[in-house]
Parts: sequence; structure tokens; C-alpha cells
Amino acid sequence: MAARTIWKGQLKLGTTKIAVKLYSAVQDKTVRFHILDEKAKARVKQHMINPDSGEEVPSEEIQKGYEVEPGKFVILTEEDLEKLAPPPSRDIEVVEFVPQDEISQQWYDRPYYLGPDDDDKEYFALVDALNNQESEGIAHWVMRGKYYAGGLRPVDDYLLLSTFRDANEVILADQLPKPAGAAPTQKELAMATQLVEMLKGEFHPKDYKDEYRQRVIEFIEKKAKGHAPRLKPVKTKRQSAALDNVLAKSIAALKKEKRAA
Amino acid sequence: MARTARKQQPAADEEAAGARPFWSGTLTFGLVSVPVSLFPAARGGRASLRMLGPDGQPLARRYYAEKTGNDLDSDEVVRGYEVDKNKYVVVTDEELERLEPEKTRDINLTQFVPADSIPPLYFERGYFLTPASGSQKAYKLLAETMEKNELAGIATFVMRGKEYLVAIFSEKGILRAETMRFPDEIRSPEDVGLPKKKAAPAATVKKFEKLIKSKSKKQFTPAKLGDKQTDDLLKLVKRKEKQRGNVVRVEPEVDTDNKVIDLVQVLKKSLGAKK
Repeated sequence: MAARTIWKGQLKLGTTKIAVKLYSAVQDKTVRFHILDEKAKARVKQHMINPDSGEEVPSEEIQKGYEVEPGKFVILTEEDLEKLAPPPSRDIEVVEFVPQDEISQQWYDRPYYLGPDDDDKEYFALVDALNNQESEGIAHWVMRGKYYAGGLRPVDDYLLLSTFRDANEVILADQLPKPAGAAPTQKELAMATQLVEMLKGEFHPKDYKDEYRQRVIEFIEKKAKGHAPRLKPVKTKRQSAALDNVLAKSIAALKKEKRAA
Repeated sequence: MARTARKQQPAADEEAAGARPFWSGTLTFGLVSVPVSLFPAARGGRASLRMLGPDGQPLARRYYAEKTGNDLDSDEVVRGYEVDKNKYVVVTDEELERLEPEKTRDINLTQFVPADSIPPLYFERGYFLTPASGSQKAYKLLAETMEKNELAGIATFVMRGKEYLVAIFSEKGILRAETMRFPDEIRSPEDVGLPKKKAAPAATVKKFEKLIKSKSKKQFTPAKLGDKQTDDLLKLVKRKEKQRGNVVRVEPEVDTDNKVIDLVQVLKKSLGAKK
């Protein structure tokens, strides 16, 4: 089933404009629960109350405020907030390009596929150009009353636009000190390198499944039929020993495993 | 963070909490275990607004029963999964806990991959890992080994009632976990229904390549990115703060969970930096 278009815009690169449609590239599969009123056996509702009096405050009486210091709020009206919204635009302006993999994973927030809206020649030409140059575009745009910055890069034969987090939300390793403590010895480093090299492979996402999600869904299905399986309590474990000793044992165990395979 | 619904009352901003680690557990590679704490690598937005009553009193969100209109405490509500329309299966905290895999506190690094080989659409959220006391040496060993060999470690683990797929990166001696979407949560271009690729005219490709070259930068400069909306809001707040009638004062909340926490300071302390 084809996905729903969530927004239409145009990529702006210099003087060229390419009409595109946005589609979500992801689908959250988290198991969602509803909150139920145990006695009434019904879905609950939510409202806002004054915690001092316990009284409900109807929505037309609710104001929005920004806390400038503890207990001091500046009131912002709906009018204020409307004025702050950026002017609507359909332009996704590509302002510059950087090498792919230059941008830290920390920036990426939500990914969207871009699909061609009418003329797909320019669309696929841009895909080829980005692939040939191994380049990622930095885009700025306004969508649904909010400014966005994001990365535009090719995924196979298509364009993927990922939104970035706001610059002052992200904490980078540059801002932090190196961890304290003794440095590992050359011998330990050599052994650890040997160990990770033995565990090295290619990224195969298909190898990973959300087993817990699967277990929860299976459990719910069984419970719905009236026979909930008995569950064992959770166990945890810990261990500790001298670092080089443990490294040597790890390498030996992996070698044995490889020989057996 | 996306997670299974909890029974507690919805907090205005759960993410803002946090001088305490978000999670503590053990990172393992081979037989080596490194106890670590996990802290968010991103702060909450600066521009979060509070809902206030007519007198400026900060409001709280509460569950209530539609029939009686009465507020419900957390022990009066349960979590239900809708199996059919209006048919729910009640699932308790204990049941969910017991469904968690046994190695719930271990991030077991069973695979290392080239750090730049994971497509960005997998990444969800970043968390810094800091060494627990006594584990600094093993921590530094893993961090240095991964950074030198340009590797990321892959693992799955359960945290706060949800299973996570993570990639652990090492940058400047610090380990960072990026939670990832599971492959069945990622759509392919075919799933979305994008049209089949057509050959593009060579001249148009050339035109774009020329443009890319002319606008290329070696480095990504995040400072240029748009925090404009937040900045505009804060400017307006400053202006309005000086005018009469726009400011309300109430008794400051004593609830420590709502205190603004400087995440960078917390991380510095947790990494063991001397002042």
C-alpha cells in the first residue's frame, strides 16, 4: 500500500525548483496502551486542574506562560504566538553541501522520503549528482508553522530529507571533558583491538528484531483468549576481574567458537 | 522518548528531568563488563510554555472518569491494550517487567561495524555513556579501541519497558549510544510507492554537480541552523517582561523534578572532570 503524502513543497537549488512530495520514512511500532478507569471499565479523559484547589480549569480560561525565573511567568497570548510563526512557504531551500558522513548522527531527528511531484527528470538527476559527488545537502524550510533545518541525501535511487534537532539542544562531545581515570596499557589496547576485530562485520539491520515487543504482543493475545501464561521473575547478573585476564579469556572463547563453526 | 505508556500521571516535560542518570547498566564486549550510566545527549527545547490558570497558577494534567467527572489517582487506573474495538486486555507493570528478557541490564556488544556504515534514517536519539566508579579503565579501553578502529558497536537491550537497538559510537574518548529504529519500522521506497527510477539527462546531472561543487563546504556548521523561532520567542518574552500586566508571580514549585538542570554540568561531573 502506498504511503500518504504528508506535505508538498519544492526543492530550491539556486534557480532550479523541483516539485516534491514528502512521505514519512518511518513507522513507529511501539506497543501502545490506553489508560483505563479500573472501576468503570472505561477509557479515561484528561483535563487541566489547579493543583492547589483541585478544581478543573476550562480550556477557554487557560493561558500560556513562559517561566523566566522560578515562579515568574510572562504571559503569551494566542496572538503573540501566531505572530511568532514563520510565514508559510513551500520552498525547501538547499543552502549548501557537505561530504556525506560529515554530520554526526546526533543531529538527525525525523526522516522523510521525497518523491517527485511532476517532472521526475530533475529529481533523478539530483539523486545522481548527489551520489556522484558523495554529497549531502543542508536544507532550510518552513512546514506546518515551524522552521526546519535538515540533511538531504540520496538513499539508493531516492532522496531522503531528515530533519535536524535544534542547534542549542544538541550536546556535542567537544563540550565535554575526557573521562577521568588511568589510561589503558599498550598490551590491553592490542588485546582489545584483537577482540573487536574478531567481532567486526557489516551492518545487517535485518538481524535485529524487537523481541520484547513480539513477546508483549503474544502475551496480550494469549491473555485475550483467557489463558495468560505464568511468567518467571527477572534475573540479573554481574561479574568482575582483572582487565587483561578477561580480555585474554574473551579472545580465547571467540577463537574456540570460530573453530567450532 | 517513545515508550510504552506508563500508569503515572503524564508529566509536562519528562525529558527535562535528570541530574540522576536516565538509566544505569552494564556495557559488555567479550567477557569485559563496563558498568555505565546513561544521560540524554540533547537538552529539552528552551521554548516550552506552561499552561496557567486565570490567576497565573501553573496547572496540572489529570485523568478523570467521564461518567462521574471525578479525578482518578494512579492506583485507580490500569493499562489496557485494545485487541478489538472497545475490547481491552489489561496488562500490569509486573507482567511487562516479567516479559523483559533476562539480560535486561546488559548492553551486550556482539557486533562491531564501520562507524560510517549505518544510514541516518535509523537514528532516533543520542545518550552519553559515562563510566560508573571503578569502571573508568575498562571504559577508556573500549572508547579508545573503538575510536582508533573507527568502529561502532551494535546491541539490543531493554530500558524502561522498551527494547532498544543501539549503535555505540566513540568520539573524543566519550562513548555515545544512539538508539535506532528497528528495521521493520523503516519503510523502503517501494513501501512508500515511489516511482521507478528513470535515467536522468546527463546535462541535468552535470548542472547539479556543478552547483554542488560551487556550494560545497568541508565542514558542517550547526550554528547556522534554525533556532530562529525559539530566539524570536525569547526576544518577545524579554520585551513583554518589561511591560506592565504581562507578568504573573506565583509561589515557586518546590518539586525538584521540575528544576532546570544543566545537563552539561551533570555530564562533566559524571565523566569525573576535576574542577
